[in-house]
Amino acid sequence: MEVYVTRGSENEVRAYDGEVESLTSADSSGVGIRVLLDGTGGEGRRLGFAWAGSLDPAVVQDALGAARDNARYATPDPDVVLAEPDGVPSVEQDLWDDAVITVPMQDKIALALELERSTRSADPRVRQVSSADYSDSRVEVALASTTGIRSETRRTTAFVSVDAIAGEGADSQTGTGFSVGRSPATLHPDEAKADAVLRSTRLLGAQKARSARCTVVFDPRVVSTLLSVVGSALSGEAVVKGRSLFAGRIGESVASGDFTLTDDPTNSRAFSASSYDGEGLACRSNVLISDGMLRMFVYDTVSARRAQTRSTGSAVRGGFSGTPSAGCRALVLAPGTKSAEEILASVGEGLYVQSITGVHSGVNPVSGDFSVGAEGLMIRGGCLAEPVREVTVASTLQRMLQAVVAVGGDLRWLPGVAAGQTLAIADMQLSGD
Amino acid sequence: MSRGVARTGTSPERKYRAVSSSPTVSSTWAVRPEWGPCPAGGAPSEDELDTTITIPPVTDTSLIDGDVLQRVLSAALANGGDMAEVFAEDSATATAMLDDRRIEELSSGRSRGAGIRVVAGETTGFAHTSDLSEAGLLAAASAAASVARGRGGGGRTVAVALGPPAVHDRGARTLPGTVAKSTKLDLLVRADEAARAAGGSISQVQVGCGDSRRRVLVANSDGLLAENDQIRTRFNVMCVANGDTGMQTGYESLARTEGYEIFERYNVEDIARIAAGRALAKLSARAAPSGEVPIVLAGGSGGILFHEACGHGLEADHILKDASVYTGQMGKLVASPLVTLVDDGTVLGEWGNVAFDDEGHAPSRSVLIENGVLTDYMWDWLRARKEGRTSSGNGRRQSYQHLPMVRMTNTYLLAGRENADEIVAQTPSGVYVSKLGGGQVNTTTGDFVFGTTEAYLIEDGHLTEPLRDANLIGNGPEVLRRIDAVADDFDMTPGTCGKDGQSVPVGCGQATLRITGVTLGGTA
Repeated sequence: MEVYVTRGSENEVRAYDGEVESLTSADSSGVGIRVLLDGTGGEGRRLGFAWAGSLDPAVVQDALGAARDNARYATPDPDVVLAEPDGVPSVEQDLWDDAVITVPMQDKIALALELERSTRSADPRVRQVSSADYSDSRVEVALASTTGIRSETRRTTAFVSVDAIAGEGADSQTGTGFSVGRSPATLHPDEAKADAVLRSTRLLGAQKARSARCTVVFDPRVVSTLLSVVGSALSGEAVVKGRSLFAGRIGESVASGDFTLTDDPTNSRAFSASSYDGEGLACRSNVLISDGMLRMFVYDTVSARRAQTRSTGSAVRGGFSGTPSAGCRALVLAPGTKSAEEILASVGEGLYVQSITGVHSGVNPVSGDFSVGAEGLMIRGGCLAEPVREVTVASTLQRMLQAVVAVGGDLRWLPGVAAGQTLAIADMQLSGD
Repeated sequence: MSRGVARTGTSPERKYRAVSSSPTVSSTWAVRPEWGPCPAGGAPSEDELDTTITIPPVTDTSLIDGDVLQRVLSAALANGGDMAEVFAEDSATATAMLDDRRIEELSSGRSRGAGIRVVAGETTGFAHTSDLSEAGLLAAASAAASVARGRGGGGRTVAVALGPPAVHDRGARTLPGTVAKSTKLDLLVRADEAARAAGGSISQVQVGCGDSRRRVLVANSDGLLAENDQIRTRFNVMCVANGDTGMQTGYESLARTEGYEIFERYNVEDIARIAAGRALAKLSARAAPSGEVPIVLAGGSGGILFHEACGHGLEADHILKDASVYTGQMGKLVASPLVTLVDDGTVLGEWGNVAFDDEGHAPSRSVLIENGVLTDYMWDWLRARKEGRTSSGNGRRQSYQHLPMVRMTNTYLLAGRENADEIVAQTPSGVYVSKLGGGQVNTTTGDFVFGTTEAYLIEDGHLTEPLRDANLIGNGPEVLRRIDAVADDFDMTPGTCGKDGQSVPVGCGQATLRITGVTLGGTA
């Protein structure tokens, strides 16, 4: 049996038009219980799961009974086991800052109000700030099992974001800026403001572009999203179940030579860094693609057994209400040496994409088909030129990885499961007029 | 497929999602189902259960006593304020997943708690707790009340004259809790077998079913008291087909605000065959065209066009912040005269149906666009109050841990008079979309995308080659003006709509229609 318990609290302030629009404060906790039963006749084991959004003993007792009952219905399977300690030492990390608790709420409110005010007054073309948010959270997770697992992790996060609307005549464009940290003091609201203002104002006057095949340079925030999609196809679970475009390609060249992708939750600068994975094994640094060659997949305990290998400490779970699965937690692409400006100069002509839409509807990590909505600026003569909206960029993930022509040195640690830097990909289809 | 994408649990770890909060996102079932999949044989029958029940099941009794509600509401207004509200919830969910020919996971979940809201002027205070005792509720009320402090309103004792609860007949006949687990698993096994029998190229099948019972109580200091009992049931199949050109996926789902009686009307084998057929068809698909093309959307292909092209933009919270392309357009022509668009939370059984919204107000059938002219927006209590009107019953929230905001329910285009086959026959060249996936919109600019998951070329008025998946992109008002034909074959589909980090079930509906030009984001 395995028990996963979380306890946390959160605060959120939303500022609008000089006032606090909403103020939320809450504590929450919950438990997820996995029960493993021996199958009849020794043909395998069966797993059952239940969760509850409460640590009330009666509720937990009830969840335990439900998990035990659920196990009786699963298909007996010799590969279904709970994790066991594997001797890999964990990397201790300091992901907790008491300031999230000790900084008074009035200061957090002031942070949100000031972000809203300063964004509104930063540029005369900013005609609206639809919201400016401060939020923070602290979460503690404990995991214990009858197979000897004991792990505890805790982390704090603080976050500001601001949505600016720039206007000129009848034209309106939007830009979001944000900053993440472990406490209010580590945030950079000025960067969030500047980002929101730059992104919204530079799109003013954007038009549809002509359809063309061209090189596309992606902003670091977009690259973080792209890497997380690639990471989902590097899940050992997707591989063993025949749902990954990378299945059967270990040792092959799957990307251009300067593409080295690592999943490293042991680096505390990563937003989702952790000492332990979702089954209580030590997180470790896994090099997945090295100089373009596919080296390994990430596994949790069960998918590793199916693939006849060992867990890579890569179990992830969506809080107490989810069961573990194999996934990437802190992807980072080895930075190159060029700045964003140098990459634009080397590309010469193409499209710079500052944001994309429709990732969930247009990117398929099984087939590799890739088609997303995009907005950004044309690249002309090696510099950013006129703004573009209402276009798509398309290719396949397989071709895109092979067509990486530049990896930026401007690595940014971003929320989510991947860091990002400027990235240039050749030969993509731009669809517009 | 990333499990993280579709997750919207109530974990304290959810905060990082706030990053994507700027555009509203919806997905008609993201590729990865949110409720688990699962199956295989040999499960024991339900009557062998010996689970010790130590807390009451989600029952028909009131979640909180009336006198407790009055004291909590009074405490919430102790520092002043215009309105206080208690939203209590007790929900039980069950999911089962068959994957890779095995019943992998049965999951049971329980969530109980209350969110307390205090509105003082333009400011809302909100706190939630999983402790439904009077002490727990009073603590949350005190936290929510802190926003009213210093506003000079002063404490007032509220004698809340709560009326009798408005309790709605849930409409479900076969409650999920009364269905044996083995019966649910049998549905999964049947679907798995049907999908695999659909073609030798089907290499993987994932089948999920899930149900939830959500008891809700809303009480506020204006004397409103409403209780609601929502039953939802869903079933989904995802197939992978493997061929010379690589792998392709196909997906189909059924989701209703009803109980297990839906399986008397809907055949799980049919759902499985549709999903398998989509994956198989795409094995021989060519790349989708790139650039502007005429599009024919099949009836019931998703309806997500309207959800994205104008639905989100007609939500009053965006309107009042001047963050919608439809702000100031009331009474103006914003679409083709063929477009009459309705948001209707009263459609019994549909996925977006609500007996009451999550602020306790009755849903309505709102005509948003009539013959192309903008006639109304959608309203929750907070935004309606600012404009001195009443809520249209569109105040919804994911759970007691979330503040309500303006959300769609079932949003659909009224059917036209033309014949679907004739619309295709009268289209010399273009693309026919028989199934859409998700979409996303920037309400401020009106630019939106929506993805195809089954599409064909139209050549000389006939469907020819299948096409690989791609997104379409357009601008809401522009695309709506380009609708030049609407047929009479109306159908609805379920979806999950995400906005500002909260997911709620919605319905989308439309008949076959043609758009004279939309940009298709293919590679050919």
